Amino acid sequence: MGKFQGVDFYDVDSLLSEEERAVRDTVRAWVDDNVIPVIGEHYLEGRFPKQLVPQMAELGLFGANLPEEYGCAGLNNVAYGLIMQELERGDSGVRSFASVQGALAMYPIYAFGSDEQKRRWLPKMASGDVIGCFGLTEPDYGSNPAGMITVAKETKDAWVLNGAKMWITNGSTAQLAIVWAKTGKLDDVNSIRGFIVPTNTKGFSAKDQKGKLSLRASDTSELVLQDVCVPKDALLPQSGGLKSPLMCLTQARYGIAWGAVGAAMACYDEAVGYAKNRVTFGHPIGGFQLQQARLAEMLTEITKAQLLCLQLGRLKDQGKATPQQVSLAKRNNVSIATDVARETRRLLGANGILAEYQAMRHLANLESVYTYEGTHDIHTLILGQEITGISAFN
Amino acid sequence: MKIAVCIKRVPDSETRVKIAADGKSLDEAGVKFILNPYDEFAVEEALRQKEKAGAGEVVVIALGPPAAQETIRTALAMGADRGVLLQTQGLHADGLETARALAAELKDNEFDLILLGKMAIDDYNHQVGPMVAELLDLPCVTTVAHLEIAAGKATAEREIEGGVEVVEFSLPAVLTTDKGLNEPRYPALKGIMAAKKKPLEVKPTTPGPGALAIVSLTLPPERQAGKIVGEGSAAVAELVRLLREEAKVL
Repeated sequence: MGKFQGVDFYDVDSLLSEEERAVRDTVRAWVDDNVIPVIGEHYLEGRFPKQLVPQMAELGLFGANLPEEYGCAGLNNVAYGLIMQELERGDSGVRSFASVQGALAMYPIYAFGSDEQKRRWLPKMASGDVIGCFGLTEPDYGSNPAGMITVAKETKDAWVLNGAKMWITNGSTAQLAIVWAKTGKLDDVNSIRGFIVPTNTKGFSAKDQKGKLSLRASDTSELVLQDVCVPKDALLPQSGGLKSPLMCLTQARYGIAWGAVGAAMACYDEAVGYAKNRVTFGHPIGGFQLQQARLAEMLTEITKAQLLCLQLGRLKDQGKATPQQVSLAKRNNVSIATDVARETRRLLGANGILAEYQAMRHLANLESVYTYEGTHDIHTLILGQEITGISAFN
Repeated sequence: MKIAVCIKRVPDSETRVKIAADGKSLDEAGVKFILNPYDEFAVEEALRQKEKAGAGEVVVIALGPPAAQETIRTALAMGADRGVLLQTQGLHADGLETARALAAELKDNEFDLILLGKMAIDDYNHQVGPMVAELLDLPCVTTVAHLEIAAGKATAEREIEGGVEVVEFSLPAVLTTDKGLNEPRYPALKGIMAAKKKPLEVKPTTPGPGALAIVSLTLPPERQAGKIVGEGSAAVAELVRLLREEAKVL
């Protein structure tokens, strides 16, 4: 397979700075050389390509938009988004790993942690020596995290955590979990606080969730916390209320909006190549109107999604992006990426069901992405609330 | 160890190039430009030699249009210390004039080692390295596939037809680098950020007109559709006949 050339119908490249393009090109080349050749096999075997983690760390992909003083690359949010785009062009599982490490594990320590916690953990997480996961979702509380029943009780010199978390990416690989728990009564949403829990703490266990037909090259686990005792300084001091984990999710969703574009670009690229080369009835199928309509639709949606991401990134860099704007981008881009993957799968005919091609893997992955980090439907309601001022879910 | 690496901005080999209306230059619209891959080996080797020596400086020098600054930044992002752009208007085709401009920049700077890719992937000339060496009156080793430097003495291996040639030489010297010498690193994100702050000097340069003029450029002919002459051993006789009479390769 040749090097990926990107999809850029509107010369969006000219809106990027030299550094942003350089970052994108580095990650693109790395994905071509290291992810694409192995990902199909890992996907079939249901294994995360763990061997890639040290290289990702060396490139500086973890928490790349966090400051240099913590060993991070200190990139702007557009460059960070481009990293996510290129990683997901390889596979959603690889992008998810980086998203969780950066936006869901490093970011809360950066945003809500003490100086001591930041200095202790962030450099080791940037270097990949410590892998993190994010425990918010519970078996019965997905779209409604306010209802969580994981609790943290303060004793004289410690916090004791009890509860269970589900659908936790990197859960069984992580050395550190950011666990969200209620420190007050179960109906007190404001008592939600974040805790840094080393996964080797007594009473903490993680079990991989088996039987996934999506995100197969990614570890997804269930976490059980049974009388997990952590010192007082495990608490993230600046965290408070549901707003804190939701701020983390806004960071991650921002990356997902970009990542989805990467998956869509990979599929479109595959669709175009196939359409030009696959001959039936004596003609390349790209010459048939039905396939041209497919391709035109894909290119249109990808181009719109690219511009959406870029402007969102510029707003975020100016400190002006709102969570609702992030919702719109996540909702739109994952949805169109899923459509692009599905149409590519169909354009490829029978070949489209093989792991040798990318489309069906991306399609299956994107079905998870459609649901995680705020389902498509919840983002619809967030926008509905933003538009009307009336909440449909509270 | 003070090392100079001369690099060139070239069209990406994956880019589909178009010939401009004048019939003798490339239409640069929509063409992605990259650091010449053979020069990447040179940059990587310079960085490794500096790291091994424990101290020194790696300077990248390019002759080219203003956009070649981006190519220099790529090398700086990989880890080179500073860059010099000998800035011209447009691309220059004449190898000797390019070599003269580079040699003029190199001559008073007392480099221990001067590295260049063995050739640029756009013009395939293989000229500039040896010409720079000649102009500077320095030893020249071309197509280096392995390099050892110890106590001012250097040994290089060159892959030649059917074997490996080992040569010894003194420093300073001019070397051209070949594939296989090393595996160039990716410019890491921190390197990309750091590259912004590294010095890049731009020197307007007007190379001589040179003795070489490009008369025309043409694309290779479109590849014709293949022909299936039959199946199994029965097809061999026909295949041989066609190879002999039509393709004339036997």
